[in-house]
Order: sequence, then C-alpha cells, then structure tokens
Amino acid sequence: MELHELNIQETHGLLSSRKISSEELTRAYLERIQRLDPQVKSYVTVSGDVALEQAKKADERIKSGEGLTPLTGIPYSAKDSISTRGVNTTCSSRILENYKPFYDSTAIKKLNSASSVLLGKNNMDEFGMGSSTENSGFFTTRNPWNFDHVPGGSSGGSAAAVAAGLAPFTLGEDTGGSVRHPASFCGVTGLKTTYGRVSRYGLIPLVSSFDTIGPMARSAYDVALVLEAIAGHDPKDSTSRIEPVQSYSESLKKAESLRGLRIGIPKEYFVEGLDKDVDASVRAAIKQVESLGAEVMEVSLPHTQYAIPVYYLILFAEASSNLAKYDGVRFGMSERKTGDLMDVYLKTREAGFGAETKRRIMLGTFALSAGYYDAYYLKAQKVRALIRQDFQKAFETCDALITPVAPTTAFRIGEKISNPLDMYLSDVFVVAVNLAGIPAMSVPCGFSNGLPIGVQVMGPHLSEETLLRIGHLYQMQTDWHTKHPPL
Amino acid sequence: MQQTYEPIIGLEVHAELLTRSKMFCGCEVVDSITAKPNRFICPVCTGQPGALPVLNKKAVELAVKVGLALECEIHTESIFARKNYFYPDLPKGYQISQYDQPLATDGKLLIETESGVKEIRIRRVHLEEDTGKLSHADAHSFIDYNRSGVPLLEIVTEPDLRSPDEAKAYATALHAILRYLDVNSGDMEKGVIRFEANVSVRKMGSDQLNARTEIKNLNSFRSLAQGIEYEIARQTEIYSRGGVVEQETVGFNESTGKTYSQRGKEEAHDYRYFPEPDLPPLVLDADWIESIRATLPELPDAKTKRFISDFGLTPLDARFLTSDLSLADYFERVASHSKSPAKSVHSWIAGEFMRYINESGIKIDDVTLLPESFAKLIDMVTDKTIGGNSAKVVLSEMLQHGGYPAQIVQEKGLAQVSDESFIQEAVTKVLNDNPSEVEKYLAGKETLLQWFVGQVARSTKGKADPSVTRELLVKELEERRR
Repeated sequence: MELHELNIQETHGLLSSRKISSEELTRAYLERIQRLDPQVKSYVTVSGDVALEQAKKADERIKSGEGLTPLTGIPYSAKDSISTRGVNTTCSSRILENYKPFYDSTAIKKLNSASSVLLGKNNMDEFGMGSSTENSGFFTTRNPWNFDHVPGGSSGGSAAAVAAGLAPFTLGEDTGGSVRHPASFCGVTGLKTTYGRVSRYGLIPLVSSFDTIGPMARSAYDVALVLEAIAGHDPKDSTSRIEPVQSYSESLKKAESLRGLRIGIPKEYFVEGLDKDVDASVRAAIKQVESLGAEVMEVSLPHTQYAIPVYYLILFAEASSNLAKYDGVRFGMSERKTGDLMDVYLKTREAGFGAETKRRIMLGTFALSAGYYDAYYLKAQKVRALIRQDFQKAFETCDALITPVAPTTAFRIGEKISNPLDMYLSDVFVVAVNLAGIPAMSVPCGFSNGLPIGVQVMGPHLSEETLLRIGHLYQMQTDWHTKHPPL
Repeated sequence: MQQTYEPIIGLEVHAELLTRSKMFCGCEVVDSITAKPNRFICPVCTGQPGALPVLNKKAVELAVKVGLALECEIHTESIFARKNYFYPDLPKGYQISQYDQPLATDGKLLIETESGVKEIRIRRVHLEEDTGKLSHADAHSFIDYNRSGVPLLEIVTEPDLRSPDEAKAYATALHAILRYLDVNSGDMEKGVIRFEANVSVRKMGSDQLNARTEIKNLNSFRSLAQGIEYEIARQTEIYSRGGVVEQETVGFNESTGKTYSQRGKEEAHDYRYFPEPDLPPLVLDADWIESIRATLPELPDAKTKRFISDFGLTPLDARFLTSDLSLADYFERVASHSKSPAKSVHSWIAGEFMRYINESGIKIDDVTLLPESFAKLIDMVTDKTIGGNSAKVVLSEMLQHGGYPAQIVQEKGLAQVSDESFIQEAVTKVLNDNPSEVEKYLAGKETLLQWFVGQVARSTKGKADPSVTRELLVKELEERRR
C-alpha cells in the first residue's frame, strides 16, 4: 500500500517505529499535492515551508520519544476559515485574499502542541456559503471520483483532499452540513461535532450559533483520534462545553457490538426526491447496523420541513452581522485610493465579496431590519425551538438516528449554480442537526455511477462516542471507506 | 412667551467602568489620553476574524452595584445583543450591548431642585463596550483601539427632567454615586462620563409628546446644561412661529454653545439588534447579587442625613460636603480629630481649604495635609491660641509645604497673646498715633472701634487677642473722653 492510502493509526505505526520520518512523510504528501492538486484544486494555500519546519520538530520529538501522541508528525490540512498564524486564511474570499492571521485558532494550537504538520488550507465556498465550492472566490474544487462533479460543500476542498490522498486528515467546519455533505460526496468519514465541543476561537464565523469544527478522515477511528486532540473546553470561547472529553479511540478499541442500542429512522428523511440508489444504500447500511445488534425503529421529526427556511433565515441574519467587519479598514482587501469613507466601504465590499455572499448579506440585513425582525428572525428562532424539541423527543426513545446525508450523489459542476434555491435544497437532510446543535456523522456506505454515497448518523448532545462506535463497527464490516479514487 | 412652553428631557449617561481589563478580553484598560495608541489591543478588541468575546465578571459586578444603588430591579437573566452599524472606530461592525433584556430596570434617583427633592425614574442600566477613538490630521484619519472594548455602563432615565438645571442636578448626583461606589474615576475631562440628552418641548399643560432631538457629545456638566438650554430655546422659537420641530440627532459645539444637525429621521440608523450568539445569556445568582448589596457603601443621601444629625450641620452645608466623596471623607476625618464644633470644621473646609483646592487644581485625594494637623489648627483657633488670620497663614503653609501647626505658629511667632500689658502698650501707641480718628470716635463715630482693633492687630502681627484688644480700647477711649 502507498503512504497516502494509510490511515492515521498505520502511519503513526511507521513513524513511531522510525520506519519513516515525519519529514519524509510530509515531503511525500507535498509532492503528491504538487502533482495532483492542479487537477483536484483542493488547496487554496500549500504551506510547504511551515510543514517541513513542523515535520522536523516532530521528528525530534519522535527521536526523544517523549510526549508522543497518535497525531505527532502526522500531516493534515484545514478548511480555510480556520485561523492559522502567519499562513493565509482566506475563507476562499477575495476580501481576505492576502490575510495572514497573527494568532492560531484553538484547534490549530492543539494540533501544534501534538506536533502535527500543517500541509495547507483547503478551498471552500466563500465564508462557507454553498454546497459545492462553486462559490469559492478563487476556483471550484473537483470531486476526486469524477472531475466533472462537485465535491460538495462548503468544506469541499477538505473532503476532496482526504479522498484524493492529499492529506490523511483535515479539519472541516460544519454550519449547515458543511462537513457531512462533502464527506458524503467524496466518500470520506466526517463528523459534525456537538455545538461547543470544539472551541470556535479562531474559526472565522459564518453563523456563530451553528458553526462547529469537525474532523474529516478515512475512517471513524481516525476521526476519533483527531477529535480527542481538538475537543475540550476553551476559556476563550464562552459557548464551548465544559464537560470533559472522552477517550473515544480507547472506547472504539473495546467496542464489539451495537447490542442494546436503539436506532431511530425518521420517516421525514425518506421522501420523494431521494435518489433510489442513495435510498437503497442507506437502507442497506441500516440493515448492517441492525445485524450488529442494534434495535431499529421508525420515528418522526414532524417539523423537518421547516428546517431549510429556518436555517437559512438565521444564517442570513447572523452572517450579515459577522461579515460587517470586512470593511477595508483594518485587514484584508481595501479599496481606498479614491473617495471618502463610504466609498472605501462600498468599493471594498463590492470588489471583495462574491455574488452569493452579497445576496445573503442583503437578505440578512433585511430580515433584521426594524419592523421585520419579529416576522423573520424571531419567528425562525421559535420554529428552531420546535425542531430542537423534535430531536429531544426522538432521543427519549432512541440513542441515535440514521438518515441519508444528501438526496443525491455529487451533482455536476454548474448544474445548480444558477439556481440558488435548488442548491439550498441539497442541504435538506443536514441543516436540522445544526439547528439542534447535536452531533452527526457521515459514513461512506456505497456508490452510484462511481460516485460515493454517505449515510448520516445523528445523536443527542455530546453523543460523539456513540456515533463513532456505530461508524467504527460498521466500517469493521464494510470496505466502502477504504476505496480510493483512481488518480 | 417662553413660559408657555415646557421642556421634556431624558438623559442617557455613558460611564466607563473602573475595571483592570477590558469588557471582553484581557487587555489592560489604560488612560486613553496619555497611553501610546494601539499598544493595549488584541485579536478580540480589534475585531480580528475568528476572535470571540469573554465577559469580564468584574464589569458585571460594578454594573450590579450601580443598579442596586439606583434601586433598580436586577435581572437574574439578561441578554447581550449586537448593535450593528459601520464606523471605523467600531472594529467588528457591531457593538456588543444589551437591548430588550438589560441587566437592570426601574430604578430611581432623588435630586435637589429649586422646589425641593424630586424623584427621577431610571428606565434601565445596561452593559456595553466602548469604541475606539478617531482623530484627524493632515487629511488622514487615525484610529486608536486602546479604548475599544473598555466596559461602559449606560444609564437611561425616563423623560422626567424639566429644565437644564434639573438635568445638571441629576448628572451631578449620578456622578457622585459613581464615585461613591468607586466604579468610575469621575475624571470628566478624560471623557469617562459622557451624556446624551433627549429634548422636546410642548405647550404648558399639554400631555402630548412632540418630536425630540437627541443631543450628542455632551462631555461636561456645563455642556450638558448649555446644550439643553440651546435646544429648548431653538425648539420653542420654532413652535412659537408656528413651525414644526423635526426629530433628529444633533451634535453640540462646545466653542459656540450651539447644537448642529447631524442626521435627520430619514437617515436614522437601524441598528438591527439581535441576541449576541457568541455570549450565552448572562445568568446571575440571586445570592451573588445580595452579597454585592452587602458591600454597598453609604451613599450621598444617607451621608447627608448623617452629617445633619451627627454633626448638626445645615442641610445645605451637609449636601455641599457630601457632593464629593473625597471631600466628605476629608471633612469627616478632620472633624473626628477636632474638638471644635463641626460647624467650624465645615467653614474651614468649605472656605479656605476649598479655595486652595480650586486655585491650585490639586485633587482632594492628593492633598498631603494630615487631617490631624488640620484639626489641631482649627482647635488652636477655637481655644484662641492663634487668631483667624494667622491660622490662614499656617494652613496655607501646611498645604503647600507640610509641617505641624504648633511648630509653624512658633517659627512664625504667630501665637496669640492675651497678656494685657503687651496689648495695652500697643493700644496706647495706636491711639497716640491717630489723634484725628480718636477725636472722630469721641465725637460719636463709634464704628471706628473696629478700625482701631485692626490697627492693633496689624501692629502686633495678629498676635493680640481681638476680644482683649477691644476691651482695652474701649476702656482707654472712655478715659480719654474725660
């Protein structure tokens, strides 16, 4: 097997037994990126110098044998909305094209302290607004399984990088499916964490009350290793959870069956418009989970149909405020050659933001305006509470829910870009999770016409261990997650 | 003409809270006038992408103190909200403030007016963050973010004020409370307290509310009164000639004493408030609030009452002393060391001492004169060891160069003498030296007696006891009549 096909555990074995150095491993990944990424286009920035420097430090640490973690010396990449000190962090927006943060986000800091190696930053839909990376201010990432198709979004670059063997793992970010949707389209394992489980400090916000950083990797076990490293309470993030972090990988090592676990199948997620291959693969996965000892039952999440409008309304509102700071005054693009202050604002934002971003800022500004607030934002928050209650009720009788991630496999580049509403609807199965703040995972469960299909496992707050266990045991019996695109 | 209109005034007061660090980050709060620009900043207070606010507990504690002192209801759950607008001194594009669920509501503050004590209702007290500071020079604009994120308390009244004087009385009383609670430095000239006034006028007797103007940049008690005065006159003039006042925001120009239009109703900001998603609701423990209540110091009103009952001061004198915590404290310390009547202590402090403070510009807190020494000096006047004029000389010496009263009196030879033979000698000399005045006195102009007393005091350099002097003068003059 080639280096880029190994999972984290296997790679860690090579490093700790000194069969390979982190520097050699890093050079191999950088070389592969140089060779293949011009076609895949998963990276916005490749931080080769930083990576080699970090790799050398990791090698010293491995030599000393002290403080080794499963991620020491392992290369990774991060979605370009996660702040990396001194390395461009653009959110795939022209307005931040040359922005270099002067601080690391907490998640990156934690990986630094494990001596992981940052290969670079992955393409995304601008500020996370999209489901295909076609809204990137720079270029569209291609699905490694078929270059004519999108990788999903908004963490499309991250999913494509893992699928193409351009990073063993990556940090994605999920606001309304942005980890799970591309993980499903690219055939990798991606976890949307409980809101507050991983610190948001340094994550450039799209929707502050939905945003979550989550790992994407080749297996549930790898995801568990990464989650252990990045999760935990952060005094710098007032919305982070104080509960201690479980030892997920240890628990997976001991897991044998799913006996005693009750799995709900929400009927609202198996509806017209669901691709028949997706439907069949997800149902097969449910059977597999049942065969592992879980009890399967039908449940109802009656307010599911409102998730999309509620999600987008809150997104527009919060995003319009979160994107106000890009005004050409302190950082990023600044069009200040002529005119007064208002011209700086208008010209910078006109030139810096893409069409979808502008559309959403305008919608959000409208929704928060005096006289409209109650009818839109406030009402959306009320319905959000109902959707949250749906889940609470379902979790009174089940430990987890299983659904499809997306109604279809990866669509063609250009297919939906001219129809925003159609694009929004591809998020129909993923956004409710963010409204409720619960964790959910996308696990590869099949293929249709050579394109991967993902199954979604959702659980109550802080149930990451349960989700990982389901994913891990499923992956012990299936090989969908071990397939590699022919590149 | 003007009597037929009545002004309706409400005040918004912004007070910086005396915390060591900023509202939402660990940056030190510094004097924004003297500190080098942009040295006390971080990703949070400069609005770097991805940075997040963390609430400063001390700021909440100070805000609760003020809420309690103003007899507000303190809400055990309040919500931070984003106030969205664009301005270069606002790095995030929104200010974190409180909106529909503030920390405290429904309080009151009593003020002294011409017609007695009046209750001003407090609508709300809430926390927010200060902005950076803009300055302009050579066609460039500069932004200093040292002040960005400094905790601010906003205190809003109901429209209960009816004159510039009432507004000033309210502002002064609130200023005193903030100082008493030690939550604000009180340094008005540094902009740590800023006022905004909402002013409208209406026909006397009407209960209709007319369009109001909001006056911004009122940074002193004087500007506050002037700005309101000007707006009342301007609006009254408009109505008296049949015009209509437009609702607008106006600025106040300190050098002209006039207001000028900043933006009209059409251009009014829509701040698009919504709950700050980066901060959970602020939940306060009722016991914690009570423990803060227990630490509240004696407030100006209570202190005034005590000064009246304990020291026998008049309400006017007591209120003068309690208007400033430092002054009240200093008075109390001097009074506690003095055997003289409190009234004498008050007159020395309100008179000579305050004259020195006002002329020198020194703060009361920075006065080095020990209250014990001040008390000793006053007692020396009371027991006639020295005369009043000598005591003024000694006080001035002590305030400027320190020292002990007895020592200075001795060094300068200022001790008062009541020895009759010493005074008799001076009396005889004064009368002998001024025969024409003696003649006038004897002819009936007895008011000259005081003049003779003064001459004796001068010739003895103030050492002669005035009552002995007077007695001997009368005796000698009567003898000369014969």
